[in-house]
Order: sequence, then structure tokens, then C-alpha cells
Amino acid sequence: MAEDSSLDNLDGPNRPQPLLEMSNVSKSFPGVRALADVSLTLYPGEVLALLGENGAGKSTLIKTLGGVHTPDAGTISIEGQPIQIDSPTASQQAGVGIIYQEFNLIPGLTARENIFLGQEASAFSWIGKRQEHEQAEELFSRIGVPVNPDALCRYLTVAQQQVVEIAKALALKARIVVMDEPSAALTPREVEGLYQIVDELRRQGIGIIYISHRLDEIDRLADRIMVLRDGQDIGTRDAKSLTRDKVIELMVGRSLDNEFPDETRPVGEVRLEVTNLSRGKAVQDVSFKVHGGEILGVAGLVGAGRTETVRLLFGADRPDSGAVFLDGEQLQIRTPRQAIAKGICLLTEDRKGQGLILGQTVQENFGLPNLRDFVSGGLIRKSTETAAFDRYIEQLQIKVTGGGQVAETLSGGNQQKVVLAKWLQRNAEVIIFDEPTRGIDVGAKYEIYLLMNELARQGKAIIMISSELPEVLGMSDRILVMHEGKVAGCLVNDEVSQEDVMKLATGTKDAVSV
Amino acid sequence: MKKQKYIRVFLVDYGMVFVLMALCILISVLTISDMHPEDPAAARSLARSLVKEVGSDINVLVVARKTSADEAYATALQDELEAGGAHVVAVELGTPATLRTRLEVLGQQDERVDFVATHDFSSKWRVLSSESRQEMASLYPALSKLKIAKPPSYRWPTFLTANNLIGILNQNAPIAIMAIGMTLVIITAGIDLSVGSLMALAAVVTAKSLESYLGGEDASGLSVVFAFLIAMGVCALAGVFAGVIVTAFKVPPFVVTLGLMMVARGMSYILAGGADAVKIEAESIGTLYSSSVLGIPSQIVLMVVLFIVAHIVMNHTAFGRYVYAVGGNETAARLSGVPVVAVLIAVYAICGLAAGLAGVLDASHFGTGRPKAGEFYELQVIAAVVVGGTSLMGGEGKIFGTFIGALILGVIQNGLNMAGVDSYSQMVIYGALILVAVLIDQLKKKVVKPASS
Repeated sequence: MAEDSSLDNLDGPNRPQPLLEMSNVSKSFPGVRALADVSLTLYPGEVLALLGENGAGKSTLIKTLGGVHTPDAGTISIEGQPIQIDSPTASQQAGVGIIYQEFNLIPGLTARENIFLGQEASAFSWIGKRQEHEQAEELFSRIGVPVNPDALCRYLTVAQQQVVEIAKALALKARIVVMDEPSAALTPREVEGLYQIVDELRRQGIGIIYISHRLDEIDRLADRIMVLRDGQDIGTRDAKSLTRDKVIELMVGRSLDNEFPDETRPVGEVRLEVTNLSRGKAVQDVSFKVHGGEILGVAGLVGAGRTETVRLLFGADRPDSGAVFLDGEQLQIRTPRQAIAKGICLLTEDRKGQGLILGQTVQENFGLPNLRDFVSGGLIRKSTETAAFDRYIEQLQIKVTGGGQVAETLSGGNQQKVVLAKWLQRNAEVIIFDEPTRGIDVGAKYEIYLLMNELARQGKAIIMISSELPEVLGMSDRILVMHEGKVAGCLVNDEVSQEDVMKLATGTKDAVSV
Repeated sequence: MKKQKYIRVFLVDYGMVFVLMALCILISVLTISDMHPEDPAAARSLARSLVKEVGSDINVLVVARKTSADEAYATALQDELEAGGAHVVAVELGTPATLRTRLEVLGQQDERVDFVATHDFSSKWRVLSSESRQEMASLYPALSKLKIAKPPSYRWPTFLTANNLIGILNQNAPIAIMAIGMTLVIITAGIDLSVGSLMALAAVVTAKSLESYLGGEDASGLSVVFAFLIAMGVCALAGVFAGVIVTAFKVPPFVVTLGLMMVARGMSYILAGGADAVKIEAESIGTLYSSSVLGIPSQIVLMVVLFIVAHIVMNHTAFGRYVYAVGGNETAARLSGVPVVAVLIAVYAICGLAAGLAGVLDASHFGTGRPKAGEFYELQVIAAVVVGGTSLMGGEGKIFGTFIGALILGVIQNGLNMAGVDSYSQMVIYGALILVAVLIDQLKKKVVKPASS
């Protein structure tokens, strides 16, 4: 699978000494066995893909290596030397650099200051700025991405911030680099850059543990693949020996015939029509239609104005101009509250930041837009609310202990289902999914797809924004492609290839009429 | 496992109740002292036990001070003694001097007196000391067998008396009422520093509107009520203003209410014309403060009712859910159709209204509008809310917790007063105890939510 590996034929005696060996690591939390007898071996100059559904124990394993968690049992050795990692500092000193999904950069400091933060000899030591500057530039050139060391991190793109994180790890002389979902927030072009960075690090003999949900990336990068499922070690295999289907099967513990459900539906009348919607530079003169029973995929690069467009539909922002019609009636929407009242609902891309109130229970989240259904005499009847939510627990197969579970403790897929439940109760007619499966594991993804199809079959109009082209092609009836705030084209999804969409999304092909 | 979980949840939600109880027990133990009953019930039981133990063939002199309470005591004593068949020689309500005269007269008349029935206070008069009695016995044979009878003393915490407990509640009612509004504001992740000043503004507006527009001395009860409503309305409007600035211009609530705090305080002094207090001439001004329901001051009843209403609103209405939602995640709340702006303005308006009510109560209490009323109350109010377990980060908090928080602070203050701690040391201890209370709360949360994967 991996195209460029210097370790292709290093089996048996030719294998160099492992860089990292974690043997029989176990870790339990109250009520949960997070890791059971997990063993991991990492060689220098290889990319080890660590796969598993959400909750499989990937993060726990990485945090054990990072000194955030102390394992209950098991040993860790680096270059053959057993080592105790009992704090993040110990982990850094052992040569482990971990780039977590949430970056640990201080927005008000420059790239250079972030890289060397914590490496001062003492709190009062003199900081040699020029020397640091040179070192930072050298690190960036080693990674192969030039970043201005004097730029405040606040102003860097996500991809640049990631480069700073990697530089920070390298500055600490890390020989083991762990990347947790590094591509989650990157545009396709930036992901390509990330591949090159990983290749470059691999060439320099650094061992890389790469965690991702995206099988494309695993295809492209991994030398070996390690799979965890429910805290169990499912084993490590050569990437070449595995097919995609086999990988998915290992992860979910059952075979999935297809990533996307097959479905043909009758398409009905036009339900939602958007004409000449504009807001600043982000959204310019956008027009499209969605029919009942149809899933309209919206593709485009990050920054193409997709999310901005649907926010206008939903009243989260106000358009400068343009009109929205639902079933032929023009809507005057100024707030999300009004949009919801008209039956337009949005499942935001930032589920945790905008979709849910994480500290509250799932039932409270569910009830929030629906309280009028449960209020009588001015008071909320909790029993009616519970009864309504319980129906959705069953219908959507939400895995919760009950309505009282705090939203924060749910997996991504189940959080998405809770958000969906609250809109279904509102009887939404237009449902907008913005990156519906981001950060959701393979099994749950499939369930979300089935639900989208089911909703379309009920005659609802579905809009799905997605940055994953296979998803757009696999799910949509038509595909609206945006580029720099404008509609680049609208394709009927038969025999459309990824390349067709990418050409429109990158602006290499002129707009195509519907 | 499950049982443990419930205990944990209970501790998180109601742990402060235990802190309050522990404080009450501690202060009770520290304030245990001799109690000397002086009420009619004690008089009756004294009379009964006297007759029971020495028989009804006794001559008794009833002695007490010349106060209305003692008169009731003496009357009860006399009635019960006579009902038991004993002979009451006389009832002496007066001073040690008048008692001495009375005893001498009785001695000269050779009127036999077996017992002086009195209470602890009068029994300590020197004229009734054993030396004095021996002396009199040697002069007058009629007094030779004179003994003292008084109700038995017992040991009981002075803290734990109905009077003291009602006093604590009454004294802290204005702060507790303001803390209700503050709880709402803090749950939305805001803060309101203006409540103390708004309280003063309400008191002065009450006084001024009565003086200038509502008839001054001749103001009727209805006019007083009207003045109260004006004052509370002004404070609610100030709250609306704060809410509008916070929502429309995204100015941090801390800054907005800091400004409002100074403006309101200054306006109170300007309205009062620089005076320390604006006298309210209306007769019925004190009615609100001094009236009572079933023997409980109306201020306390009002406070309890408001807490119950607030509890219901926060737990069982859509508005309550919206308040928690805005504090938990404003963006998510807005995208879920919560009218965030309206909720925030309403919350600051309620907080202003509560401060206005506290100011009205202050005016009724003192019969004046004091521009310096409620100084530093905002900090005490915030302390009550925080000690009650509401997070300054927003999204969580309980009305019941605030009630307990206000009581904890009141009890601490009362306990320190009783222990005779001077006011400067009180401040230190008070502050330290707030820190400890909040620290305990944090530690408790850590125990309940162990680091998750």
C-alpha cells in the first residue's frame, strides 16, 4: 500500500532494533477496561497506522505513552531500554513527541516562541532570539514547509499550526512522533502537504504513529497497521497484506459489504429554492434548488463558502441579498429560531462547539428547541419529554444509559444522533448536514447514512456538506460544487468521478450549468 | 456501584447542606450556656412542682421585675399557685429596694412567708442572698423558714434559639433575595456588580418619590406601595439597560455592571442631596418590614416564597432551561432556537428587580432612604451564590444551593458575633471560610468525576 517506504523488506533478522516497544499494557478506568494487554512495536523510519473505532482505546494508549495516564500493567521500552513514563515531561525527555488533535499552542505567542516554550534553562535565563529564530527556520526547512517564525500563532492556518506542533516535537529531539487525527481539520491540498511532511520525517528515520479515520490516508502512508477494538489488541499487520474491506472488518469486528448504502428514491417537487444569496466575499450570488426526497451534496475546498451559505439559510448569519423559498413561499429568516419554526434545521460541523451543550444531559439538549411540545400550564412535563426522547433512543439506536447521561460522555456518532433527534422532533422539512460524519467511526457512519436515506425517503429535502469526496459521491443525488464563494457547478450524480468534482472545486474547470 | 453513584451525586448536589449543618453544630457547641427561662410556661411548671413537692400548705411571695414580660410571668405563677391551693401572700413587681421594704413589712406584720417564688434574675438580688435572709430571719420569726424557688436552669446553645435563628434569616433576607437574581446571571456565565448600588438607588427613589410626589407625611399605604413599585421598576430598567449593552455590544458583563454600579451609587447620593439618609415621613413605611405572618417576619416569608418560585422557574419552565443553555454554550443555544438576547436581557432585569426589592425592604426597615445602603453587598451576594455551588464559568448552579450558601454566610457571621470576634478579624475569618467552602466544592467535584479516558 505504502508507495515510499524504506522498510519494505526488513522482515526477520534485517529488522533494526525497535524504537519503541509497549508490551502488554493494560489500563482501567472506573467501570471501563480501556486497554487490555495491548502491545505496540514501532521501528525507526516507519509509519505505524493506529486504527480503531471511537472508544477503541487509541487515545488511552497514546496518553499512556505521553505520560498523561499511568498504565496499570505492562512495560514500555525505548531503544531496548525499559523506561518509566510517569509525566508528560518524562515522555518528552524520552524522545516522544505527541501532536494531539487539540493543539497546545498559545495563540498570543509567535511560532518561534511556541516551539521553544518550556525549553528555557531557567525562568530567568536569557533568550537568544536570533539563535532561536535560526533554529526554527532550520526545523521548518527540515519539515519542508516554510512558516514565518515571527508570526503569531493566532494568525496561522490550521495546517501551519500543525507544522509548528511538529517543529516543537522535533526541537525536543523527538524520535517518535505521534499524530492524532492530523488531517481532521485540513483541506485536501493541505493534506497533500501533510503526506509530504510524514514522508520526510520517515526518511529521517523517525518512527511515526499515525491515527486516522480516513482510510485513504492509511492507504497512502502506512507501512504497518495496528488495530484496536474495545481496548483489545486485534494485532499488527503489514499494510500491503490488507485490503480496505479487511481493515474495516478488523475495526468493527464484522464485515461491511459497502461503505455506503445503496438506495434509489423517487425525487419529488422542488421544496427549497435559494436565489442569488450573497454575504460579503464568503458567499456570492449562490442559487440552487433541493427537491423533496433528494440529497444534495455540497462539495468544495475548505473556505469555499459552503458552511457560510447554509448558515444564511438557517438564519445564523444575515445575507446581504438573495431570497429563500420553501414550498414556493418566500421566507423571511433573521434568526435560527425563525428558521427552526419554518422547518429548516442545521446539524453543524462543529458538533461539540455549536451543536450540543456538552455539560448538559442528552435529554436537555434534545428538549431545547422542542420545549413547547412538553410544556403545559407553563411547566415542562419531564415525563412527556422523557417519553419523546426514549422513542428516538430506540428509533435512532442511540447508545446511552438514558436521557440523563451527560452529552460530553457520548461518542461522536451518538452525539450526532442526539442532535438529529432534536431536529426530528421539530419535524424538520429541510435538514442540512454539515460534515455529518466528521470524527465518527466507520460503523456509526453507516448508520448516519441510513438515517439520511430514510429521511429523504420521507420526502424531506436534505443538504449534505462534506469534504470527503467518496462520501459526496456515495450519498448525493446531485452535487453542488462551490469555489471561492461561488457555485462552480452542479452535477447530477451518475458516473461522476472524484476528478470531475475536484476540477470544479479547485477552479480548474469553468462553471457547469445544472 | 450504583448506590455509590447516587451517594456521590447527592454529595455534589447537596454537600453544602452538610457544611451548613456542621457549622450549626459547631456554633451550637461553642455557644452552650446556662439558660434561665422567664416565660409564663416556666412559671406554671414551677408552681406545679412547688405544690407537688412541699404540699399546698405554703405561703408564697411572688417576686419579679416591673416589666410587661415579668408581669405575665408573675401572673401565671400566682394563678397556678392558687389553683394548686397554695396561698400567695403578695406579688412584688419592682426592684431589690421595694422587695426589701415589702419583706420588712411582712415581717413586722408577722405574716409567715415560706417561699419567695421568682426567676433566676431576681433570685440573684442581694436582698435574697443567704446572708441577707439569715439576718432577716433573726429579726422576724415569720421569715425564719424563707426559701427561694425558681425554675430550673438548663444548658442550651444561645445560637439555637428561635429568636436567634429568625434573626439570622431576617438579617440576611435582602442578600438572599438579591442572590436569587445573581444566581441566574452567573448561570449565564455573567456577573452583576451593580446590585448593592441598585439597592441604595431603590431605597432613595422610594424616599424621594414619597417626599416629592406621593404626599410626604400624608402618604397612604397605597402610595407607599406605589413608591415601592416605582423604585423596583427603576432597578429593573437598569437591569434591562445592562442586558442590552451586554448583548448588543458584546461588552463583558463585568465592565458593564461595574460602570452601572458607580452610576447608580452616584445617582443615589445626588438624589439624596448629599444627605446620609432621606427621612420617610409616611406612617405606613415600616409596615412591610415589621409585619409578620404566623409569627415569622414578612421579609423571611417573602424570601422563602421567592426561592420556591425561582426554583420552579429554573427547573420546570422553558425559561429556566434557556438560562442554563445560554450559560452552557451560547452558540449551541442560539443555533437550537433559544432567543439568547431576550434571555440575557431578562436575566439582568430580574437581577435588577431583586436588588430593587432589597432596597425597598431596606427603606421599610430604617424608615429612610439611605444612599449608602448595600455597600459591598454585591460581593456578599456573589459569595453566597458561589458558596452555594454555582460555577462562575456558567451553565451550572442551583437555586437551592444559593439559599444554602446565603444561610452559610449568615450563620458564620452570627457565630462570629456570638463568639465576640471583633469586626476586623471577622472579615479575615469570613473570607477564609468562603475560600475553604469553594475549595471543598472543587475537591468534591474531583472525587465525583475522576479523570476520564
